[in-house]
Amino acid sequence: MAAARAPARWHKNISAKIAAIPMITTALVVFIGGTAWTVLYSFTSSKLLPKEKFVGLAQYDRLWSSSKWLISIENLAIYGFFSLIFSLLIGFVLAALLDQKIRFEDTFRTILLYPFALSFIVTGLAWQWILNPDFGIQHVVRSMGFENFDFDPLYNPDIVIYGILIAGLWQGTGLIMCLMLAGLRGIDEDIWKAAKIDGIPMWKTYIFIVIPMMRGIFITAIVLIASGIIKVYDLVVAQTGGGPGIASEVPAKYVYDSMFLSQNLGQGFAASTMMLVTVAIIVVPWAYLEFGGKRRG
Amino acid sequence: MEPSISIKNLALSFGNLNVLKDLNLEVGQGEFLVLLGSSGCGKSTLLNCIAGLLDVTDGQIFIGGNNVTWEEPSKRGIGMVFQSYALYPQMTVAGNLSFGLKNAGLPKAEIEERVNRAAKILQIEPLLNRKPAALSGGQRQRAAIGRALVRDAQVFLFDEPLSNLDAKLRADLRVEIKQLHQQLSNTMIYVTHDQIEAMTLADRIAIMRGGLILQLASPNEIYNRPANKYVAEFIGSPTMNFFDGEIDAGAGTFNSQGQSFTLAGYAFEAGSAPTGPAWFGIRPEHMVSGAEADSAPVRMQAKVELVEPLGSDTLARVAANGHTLWVRLDGQISIAAGDELAIGFDPARANIFDKTTEDRL
Amino acid sequence: MDNVNQNASAVSTEMVGPRGQKPTKVFSRRNIMIYGTLIVISLYYLLPLYVMVVTSLKGMPEIRLGNIFSPPVEITFQPWVKAWAEACTGLNCDGLSRGFFNSVRILVPSVILSIIIASINGYALANWRFKGAETFFTILIVGAFIPYQVMIYPIVILLREVGLYGSLTGLVIVHTIFGMPILTLLFRNYFASIPQELFKAARVDGAGFWGIYFRIMIPMSLPIFVVAMILQVTGIWNDFLFGVIYTKPDLYPMTVQLNNIVNSTQGVKEYNVNMAATILTGLVPLLVYFISGKLFVRGIAAGAVKG
Repeated sequence: MAAARAPARWHKNISAKIAAIPMITTALVVFIGGTAWTVLYSFTSSKLLPKEKFVGLAQYDRLWSSSKWLISIENLAIYGFFSLIFSLLIGFVLAALLDQKIRFEDTFRTILLYPFALSFIVTGLAWQWILNPDFGIQHVVRSMGFENFDFDPLYNPDIVIYGILIAGLWQGTGLIMCLMLAGLRGIDEDIWKAAKIDGIPMWKTYIFIVIPMMRGIFITAIVLIASGIIKVYDLVVAQTGGGPGIASEVPAKYVYDSMFLSQNLGQGFAASTMMLVTVAIIVVPWAYLEFGGKRRG
Repeated sequence: MEPSISIKNLALSFGNLNVLKDLNLEVGQGEFLVLLGSSGCGKSTLLNCIAGLLDVTDGQIFIGGNNVTWEEPSKRGIGMVFQSYALYPQMTVAGNLSFGLKNAGLPKAEIEERVNRAAKILQIEPLLNRKPAALSGGQRQRAAIGRALVRDAQVFLFDEPLSNLDAKLRADLRVEIKQLHQQLSNTMIYVTHDQIEAMTLADRIAIMRGGLILQLASPNEIYNRPANKYVAEFIGSPTMNFFDGEIDAGAGTFNSQGQSFTLAGYAFEAGSAPTGPAWFGIRPEHMVSGAEADSAPVRMQAKVELVEPLGSDTLARVAANGHTLWVRLDGQISIAAGDELAIGFDPARANIFDKTTEDRL
Repeated sequence: MDNVNQNASAVSTEMVGPRGQKPTKVFSRRNIMIYGTLIVISLYYLLPLYVMVVTSLKGMPEIRLGNIFSPPVEITFQPWVKAWAEACTGLNCDGLSRGFFNSVRILVPSVILSIIIASINGYALANWRFKGAETFFTILIVGAFIPYQVMIYPIVILLREVGLYGSLTGLVIVHTIFGMPILTLLFRNYFASIPQELFKAARVDGAGFWGIYFRIMIPMSLPIFVVAMILQVTGIWNDFLFGVIYTKPDLYPMTVQLNNIVNSTQGVKEYNVNMAATILTGLVPLLVYFISGKLFVRGIAAGAVKG
């Protein structure tokens, strides 16, 4: 009868455990190990190669006194703020328009979403061309007789980040629109009927009833946009290369440049750790609300 | 008295699809009308037309004597209760009740008074500050009725309001809606696919099929004198038994599969019996068995195939003369599959329909 | 007096007043607003594509003289030929074709490997639930939020240790790693939606881990494999960051090479060649998008769930 005993615990589900080795390795080695390693080495004076020479917060002091980093942060804040506002606004308005039982809905949706299939590199290069002051919009408007028309965001340090914002919104709003449309479609049609019988105008129904009902979708959209904002890198590289000068630098580019161009690993680690902290500030409260709440409920 | 709702030659089509066809209907003041039919019969569509949530293709709608055919839903003097309740989830019950009134610009005091009055009638005063998510199904239902109530509407429209509830609660709320109607005496139009709801609640039932009203009559009339075979089959459970055969007007008999039985006592619509092919229908509960069967005008010998004891009564499926029939028997009867059973019925309780038109004869 | 009123109301219930369909104009204000806005915005969204196409079909003299919105006077395909076969990056002058084939060589194994691993992960998580599985899954999902920049360098070290740094194999592994969280989530949720009874019935019938996976789960899950494929093909093709970090100039994927061609500071700028190259690079994901249609939307909606 001894042979009929349950097998030892480690043996249970052994195939599943073996199959999960890549996942476990990724989770432990890359995600946890890699992150811990980077944070740890952000306290070292690593230059060309990582060195275990700890210098406390020296890298962070340097980082926060570097004008390139400060400009990066400022750009990220401006880009992030407007990107969030406009993505949500445009995405929702477009979704609401598409939700009016219109004809050619599929065609409109296909057009509004196609930029999302394109890479940031393609997006950046396309808009670099359109915003080119010698050939693009500025040139065309000037040649129509408005000689004093100025529109050269990519060559004007004061507004270059808005030039990038235009391209970023063009690429990303389609996704938000799709999300919002799915959210709108998920709303019980009887709610609309009830609001109609109550005599509530359409815009009020959207603002006071429908949008509050779409809270979950909005949160998803915000998290999605926010994590996209922090990652913004390719778009800047393609569209401006960080220029003119350092006017359109962003943190992700600062990290890359420090690590791979200026052989200043410690700075790269410190900057990427700052990015991690920023994400944590956004994600942790959200995760707490979303999942912590569910567990309690 | 002027009808509360009057619908004239109403038609609705989506492209080539005619959902409602030349429909006429008058609903009296304070009447409880049930629109009954299976899904896709147009009953909800008709209700939505009355509410103004769907634009009609042709015809007119009058509510309280006013032509509201082109009127906005909120200006028709109606309140509506939906199957999913459609309560605004992020507002409290009080908020749900008052939102429409606030929007209409009513003075605060009046809103408060109306909300309190509705809450009192529906006994949801303790729930006013809760959100819909914190309410039970029945409470949500009452809140939804409250939202219609505060509008001081002359007409209440119910769109399958009990379909989302379990059987027990459904029975309770049915009673409540009936009480509410007695208390308020508003005109009510109630859409359902549930024949029990229809029979218990309605002053009159309109049975719909394919965008048409097949019969509009009191529950009693619908049950006892269905206008056609569809109505006869739709109402009643188990469904009516049918014999396929011919009427012999001369002999005053119905002949089916070699068997012939008298039609004495049946009141033909035309006054006398026409000759020709017909359906002869008799409800399971109008069949008798055992000693009672001996004195029935029509008698048969049957073999029990299946027994369903329900407690209050017993349903039996029997085979008689090549027909499969359902018979409703006493709850205490002891029979089993395979038993021989004498059954019988009185043709006066039967329903006879023309074979081709399926209309009542 | 009463009589008169009575008559009046009797008349009013006759066929007077509005009747039939509410008159609505095709060009009502509402329709003009909705369609007008949508058409204007659609044109705006189409503009960059249009400008790229017309620019790529013009000769350089025409570009210098004309405006970017006007259609080409003389259509030339020379820029396309040059972009594909002759454009220079560094010392290589064999055009974007090199990047294209590099991207294909990266794409195919990355998509296959990442989907295999993620689907097995999802299956193990949804159906086998061994101890600790949820913990690793949580780490994986949280990891999806960590900026790539944080993990870039440790991976460089790991790949250098095993001698894969700068090779296509190394990049394939990187794509598999970073595709894992979202794909695993996708598969886990999908497998969890398959009735558990089916899984139990198969176990009662004696099928094991792999038997159930191959004979029950995969045949039932073709749509989700397609969604995952769409997600990965567009994602990996459009990648720039990993390509530039983990490969060498000879092996650069198309996006990196495109950027190097267009943003090179040497020589005269040939905008028509640049635009042809840009369209060429965008072509693969665009084709995937237009062919897959609704599945693409489903894919990104699934991708959005991660956020």
